[in-house]
Amino acid sequence: MQQIGKLGRTGIAFTQSLGQSALLLWMALTAPPDRLSREFRRLVTQLYFIGVNSVLIVMLSGLFIGMVLALQGHTVLSRFGAVEALGQLVSLTLLRELGPVVAGLLFAGRAGSAITAELGFMKATEQLSALEMMGVDPLAHVLRPRFLAGLISMPILAQIFNAVAISSAWLVSTELLGIDSGSFWANMQQVVDFREDVVNGIIKAVVFGFVITWVALHEGYTAAPNTEGINRSTTRSVVIASLSVLALDFILTALMFGE
Amino acid sequence: MRQKFIEISVGLLMLAGMAALAFLALQVSARGFSQNKGGFEVVAYFTNTSGLTDQAKVSFAGVTIGQVQSIEIVPSSMKAKVAMKIDKRVDYLSTDSSAVIQTAGVLGEKYVAIYPGSEDDVLKEGAEIYDTQSSIIFEDVIGKLVTNYAAKD
Repeated sequence: MQQIGKLGRTGIAFTQSLGQSALLLWMALTAPPDRLSREFRRLVTQLYFIGVNSVLIVMLSGLFIGMVLALQGHTVLSRFGAVEALGQLVSLTLLRELGPVVAGLLFAGRAGSAITAELGFMKATEQLSALEMMGVDPLAHVLRPRFLAGLISMPILAQIFNAVAISSAWLVSTELLGIDSGSFWANMQQVVDFREDVVNGIIKAVVFGFVITWVALHEGYTAAPNTEGINRSTTRSVVIASLSVLALDFILTALMFGE
Repeated sequence: MRQKFIEISVGLLMLAGMAALAFLALQVSARGFSQNKGGFEVVAYFTNTSGLTDQAKVSFAGVTIGQVQSIEIVPSSMKAKVAMKIDKRVDYLSTDSSAVIQTAGVLGEKYVAIYPGSEDDVLKEGAEIYDTQSSIIFEDVIGKLVTNYAAKD
């Protein structure tokens, strides 16, 4: 009996926090807007902290992942004498799956955790209450620009990741593995469809950006206002966001590419 | 000063994103843009289209000139009807051209190769290619080889 009750409690708590976070996001987005130039300035500042600061880690990861994909793909393909297909293997893997997912995981670790920690600290030091006391809505001033910046940054970062990874795969294939550059690109162009592969990858990245920032904002906003609370919320933000990205990726792939 | 730096770096981020997208659109997926723009449709009937898919390329002298639009069975003739969209610049295929389903490499994808004929009239929208040759099925070839060897012994 007690166990069933526990299960019910967990279910209720989960639904509650889901509804709470949805409401939080809704209120942040629909809060009355400020002067447009100020809104824009806040958005740009957040784009810097969330997007620009993540570029380096995304590019470096893309560089290495592209090189590893080329090496590993070559090992398997050379057994079938089909090394020319390396280009299409690498590009489809990156555009459809690895690009949005890995960029999303990095984004959750780099930007999501930062958002949560920042919000949690603002709450612990009562900066959010102070804003409210001054008649400034923290939802509109603090949460909204961060959410929009996350939503915009994520697809950009994912495309940068893809471009860097494909270029580095090309570099390894031609310089190290001796594959002809022309056949590498031609094979790739034959199978990659702009709408089917590139655009679907961008849609995935937008969805991931939405979820990651949403989770990060909710965790930060509801963090217990003490050191331990911030600690726990930051960890949970990264864990929940990463798992959501992986689970959503499966659903999106099934919807987009499954027959 | 700091605000300026932030604005410039965000601008650079946007530019990098656009450059990445342009790279993906033009270098990685050139097919999405270059084709499907305009062209005329011709049909050909094959007894076997095994392995041919929608979007498979149509080539002439090794150059891609179009794509397969649809493949469907025509019950009355018991053949497969393959509709192909051919680039409108290719206006010199004679009406007695032949269409052959071929394979790129040993294990590559199937495509339709067009071979020129000798008529002066050219293929236009809705035209039909009469002279066709179906795809080669590996099992059949191997089967024939085996029976040939068996007969020799």
